[in-house]
Parts: sequence; structure tokens; C-alpha cells
Amino acid sequence: MTAAAALPAARNTARDGVFARLADRLYMSPKLLLFLLLAPPLLWVGVVYLGALFALLAQSFFALDDFSGMIDRTFTLATWAQLFHPANLDIIMRTVAMAAMVTLCSALIGFPIAYYAARYARGRMKALFYLAVMLPLWSSYLVRVYAWKLILAKEGILAWSLDRIGAGPILEAYLALPVVGGPSLSASYTGTFIVFVYVWLPFMILPIQAALERVPGNLIEASADLGAAPGQTFRTVVFPLALPGIVAGSIFTFSLTLGDYIIPQIVGGSQFYLGQAVYTHQGTAGNIPLAAAFSVVPILIMAVYLTIARRMGAFNAL
Amino acid sequence: MNIVSPPTSETVSTGLEIAVAFQGVSRHFGSVKAVDGVDLAVREGEFFAMLGPSGSGKTTCLRLIAGFEQPTAGHIEIFGETAEGLPPYRRNVNTVFQDYALFPHMSVIANVGYGLMVKGVNRAERAGQAREALALVRLEGYEDRKPSQLSGGQRQRVALARALVNRPRVLLLDEPLGALDLKLREEMQDELRTLHRKLGLTFVFVTHDQGEALSMADRVAVFDRGRIVQVGTPEDVYERPATRFVADFVGGSNVLDPDFAAMAGGAARWTSLRPEKIRVAPVATNEPVGGAGGIAEVIDVQYQGSVRRLVLGFAGRRLVAVVSAAQFAGIVPGAHVGVSWPRDALQPMAGEGGDP
Repeated sequence: MTAAAALPAARNTARDGVFARLADRLYMSPKLLLFLLLAPPLLWVGVVYLGALFALLAQSFFALDDFSGMIDRTFTLATWAQLFHPANLDIIMRTVAMAAMVTLCSALIGFPIAYYAARYARGRMKALFYLAVMLPLWSSYLVRVYAWKLILAKEGILAWSLDRIGAGPILEAYLALPVVGGPSLSASYTGTFIVFVYVWLPFMILPIQAALERVPGNLIEASADLGAAPGQTFRTVVFPLALPGIVAGSIFTFSLTLGDYIIPQIVGGSQFYLGQAVYTHQGTAGNIPLAAAFSVVPILIMAVYLTIARRMGAFNAL
Repeated sequence: MNIVSPPTSETVSTGLEIAVAFQGVSRHFGSVKAVDGVDLAVREGEFFAMLGPSGSGKTTCLRLIAGFEQPTAGHIEIFGETAEGLPPYRRNVNTVFQDYALFPHMSVIANVGYGLMVKGVNRAERAGQAREALALVRLEGYEDRKPSQLSGGQRQRVALARALVNRPRVLLLDEPLGALDLKLREEMQDELRTLHRKLGLTFVFVTHDQGEALSMADRVAVFDRGRIVQVGTPEDVYERPATRFVADFVGGSNVLDPDFAAMAGGAARWTSLRPEKIRVAPVATNEPVGGAGGIAEVIDVQYQGSVRRLVLGFAGRRLVAVVSAAQFAGIVPGAHVGVSWPRDALQPMAGEGGDP
């Protein structure tokens, strides 16, 4: 046998066939592949999602005829004007304030956890971190919210435990406070707030952790090397580089709070939030134009929020 | 305030003051002895290289000086002050990191001015000094760029300026030229030497490149497995390697075992014979030059531009010789050549050769 006979052919024919030829074709024309991959989601987002959004927006320029209960399909700003009625304005302000508080608190609680996970956790600890953060998302959201209702209820485990350690009066005093207080934690703004923070916290932790993960450790060493005390390093290096993650997380917590209509219905007082307003107007009341106008509000608020974040340079480090 | 200030009576390097002193310093990570009982004295104003293969402990030593690591045993002094227990931001020592570690969200000028900013120097003063430092590394006109908009060589200069602007007592350089291509590397080597002369600072330079260490440093410490095996001038280390490891790692010497060394005309000790000290001649004309030699077989020939590296089989051993590329143009493996070396080219090494 000569050496040449033992050599394989220059062209690798080991995997010829219809699928192999298709793969060859796609390998040689990446644009075709990209088109095939992106066409379905783009159709979905472009037509179904954006289309629905614009249909919704259009609805808000109609009005409900109070007398007949029918929708009058002529252009009017009357529905939009309704948003500025004190009762509706209240709903908007209440929701925005709640969303802002929930976001702030999630960021404050989430940052140290994310920092630990990104900088210190390795191997098994990291796996455990992901599990701990994600685990609540595996069980039904409703179950978790009802669980909180039981924890926070007047005769609930929290009040009971506080009583047992003699801290009952502290809870009483807290509930007697205006605004944040109420008949019980589960029927107060504080209760709604606690449940919101609990439910959305993973959505804050994960983006911050991802952002911190991308900050090389030697930047922190370099900062210390150049004379910066830990606090200075945090303000001038760690925080600015984590900011895109914090903003991404806050987009989640803020917009999820703006849109949620179940939590305030189960835990909290009788005050309405935006989501509940949309739900009631389009369901029970059949006032689709007002529901549409209400649902545009979170979109506008998010647009304003992102513009401000951008102006403040939150995305400069991207 | 000038970065380049003419030496005054206090700053004149007397060569007597010790900039960095290690006394029996160890840094163990669990069972790994990254640095194991190192004694070291870097003199003020010296260009000191720490040379060794990766994992030999040289970078850990640098990090011990910077303060990123704390010794598990031993004592470190920087200009007479105890350094252990002192965090990096309380040490008047600055580092040029291997991959530069520039702050990606800051402009070049903000990066360079960072050390001054955290010390509370006002904006105008900061900008002035940062510009001066950038001029020192010949990088004017790049003030407003982001690090991502710079080439590797430019980033290197920014990192250097960022460290120098703080006027450190000791400048630590962690393989600063490792990521640069050959041309730029040689250019930066010259530049670092020039800067060192101009500033009169103490430079501690970590490298795994023996050529770089020999050509740049005043003194070289050779590291092997967490210990320093030899400290000396580049000539000391190259001409008189203390151990087999040094002979082989620095300049790739022929390490002769005691039997062979005795046969080759030296003492019965582990002996170093530098490749360029071996004379190679056509068999017919070869005669030993007051030393020893014989006939060797060519095993491999490597053309390296200015020189030709011959791998030879001699008396059952492998010898490497380096000859001018102009010689032996047609030589092929299997040919025979005459080899010889003067007796003083045989450099016996201390003790058993140092290595187990």
C-alpha cells in the first residue's frame, strides 16, 4: 500500500445528504440563516404585538356613550381628559409612588446579594445562589401572594410571632401611622409593598449580578492601588459600572409593579392601582376606551423614566 | 508641581537605602506555597526585575508589595515602614497591571487623574498634572478618548501615566509588555528605560521573558517554585548561573552533568555551557582551542534570522550551539561537525546544582 492511497480525499464526504447540503447552504449564506431565524419573531412582535398596541392606542381616542353604554367611534379627547379626574389621577399617583418605592427598595436589598454572588460566590455557592433566587419563580405566583396574605394577616404568623416576643405593641404603633398603616399589615400599603418587593426581587438581582459579573476584579484593585478607599471605589468604579444592570432591573420592577392588578387585590386596602383600573374598566364596566387610556399611562411613564436614565448616563458603560 | 523634578539633595539615590525589603516572606494558599520564604532587598532607584516561569511566585511577590495580598509569614518593609496589614490605598506604591485595568467608563484624562481625584486634588490642578503625565508617555491629544478607542500600546501608556501621576515611591510593573507585539514591545522597553533614568524612581518589574529582564533591569531575581534561586546583575545571572534551573531558564544553557563536565574538561560538577561559547567547525579543520571538544552529529538545524541554532549529539548527550547564520548554510541533519570550547566557558554551579 502506498502512502498516498491511505490519505483521505481533499473533500470531506463523510456527511453528505439532504440535511448536510442544507447546512452547507446556510453556512455559506449567513444572511439567509439570520432571515429564517428572525422572520417569525419579527412577524410576531411587529404585527401581533405592535399592531395590538396601536389598536389599543386608537381605542383611547374613542369614548363610551354614558347613556347607551355603547362605544362611540368618533375621534375625541374626552377619554383622555377623564384620566385627569381626581379619582383617576389618584390611581396613577398611587401606582407610580408604589412602583418607585418598590424599585428603590428592591435595588437596596438586591445589590448586596448580587454583589456577593458576582464577586465572591464560586462553584456550588453560585449554583445555590441561582437556585435561591429562582426558586420562588417556580411556584405559582398566586400561591405565593396568598401565602403572604396569611403571613401578614391580623391573626397571621407575623403578628403572632411579634406578640410572642413582646413586640406586639410595636406593630400596633406602626399600624396606627397614617398612610403606611391600616387595620392589619395585609390590609395596608405596607403589606402591598412587602409582597411587591418579594415578588419582583429576582428581577432586580439577576441583571445587577450580570452587570457586576462583567466588572473585572482588577479594576477594583487598580482603584485601591491608586489610593481610593473602599467607599470611593464603590462610588466611582463599582456603582457606575453596575448602573446599567440596576436600570435594567428597575425597568422590570417598575413596569411590573405598574401593570400588576392581582397583588393589590389580594393584599392591601381597597384603593385601586393602574392594573386594577384597566381590568375593571375593560371587564366589568365595558369602558374599553378608558381602559385603553389607562394602559397607555405605564408606557408613557416608562418612556419618561428611560429618557431620564439615559440623560443621567445610565447606559454610558454599555 | 512637576512629575519630573530635578533630583534634590534628599531625593538623590544613594543606592544605600532599601526601597522594598522582604524577610522570610511566605504566601501560602491552602497547601499551595505561592511564595515560600523569600528574602529580598530592592535598592532605591533600582530597576529590579523578578523573572520566572508562570506559577513561580513572582507576581504574588509583586502583589504583596502592592498590598493586594498579605503574607502568611514574614515581614515586608517599604522604605523602612512595615507594610503588612496596610491596605493598598495606604501604600505609596503604584501598579501598572498586566492587562492595564483602565476604567472603561472614564476618559483617558479621567483615568490618569483618578489617583489625584480620590486624594481630593481640585479639577484644574488634576487636569494639569494628568496632561503632564500623558506628555511624559508621549500621548498628548488623546485626553478625551475612552480606553476602548485606544490601541494596546496606547492603553499601556495610559496605564503608565495613571500610575506615575501619583509620584509613587515604587512603581510596580506586572508583565506590562506581555500583551504587545514584538515591535511595540521593543519600543516600550526603550521607553521604560528612558523613563526610569529620567524619573529616578524604583521600578519593580515582573516578567517571564528572560531577554526582557536581562536587557532592562539593573538586577534580576530569578524565581523558581515560590523561591528566589538567584539575585544579581544580568551578567551575573547569565554568565554565572547559580543553579541548573537558572542556567536553563535564562538563556537556555547546556546543562552538563558532572560526568560529562569532567570529560569535557571541567570539574566533576553540574556545569553550564552557553550555546554561543561552543565553536563549531567543519570536521577537517576542527581542533580544540585550549579546551576540549570532539566530533558531534547534527540532529537538527533551526534558522533564526541572525543566527543558526544547531542541535548536536555529542558523546551520547544533546548539545545546543549557536552560530552565525552566515555559517553552515548547507548543513543538514546527519552531517558531522567538530565542536570545541574553551575551559573558561564551563561554568560550574553551586553545590549539587541547586535543584533536586
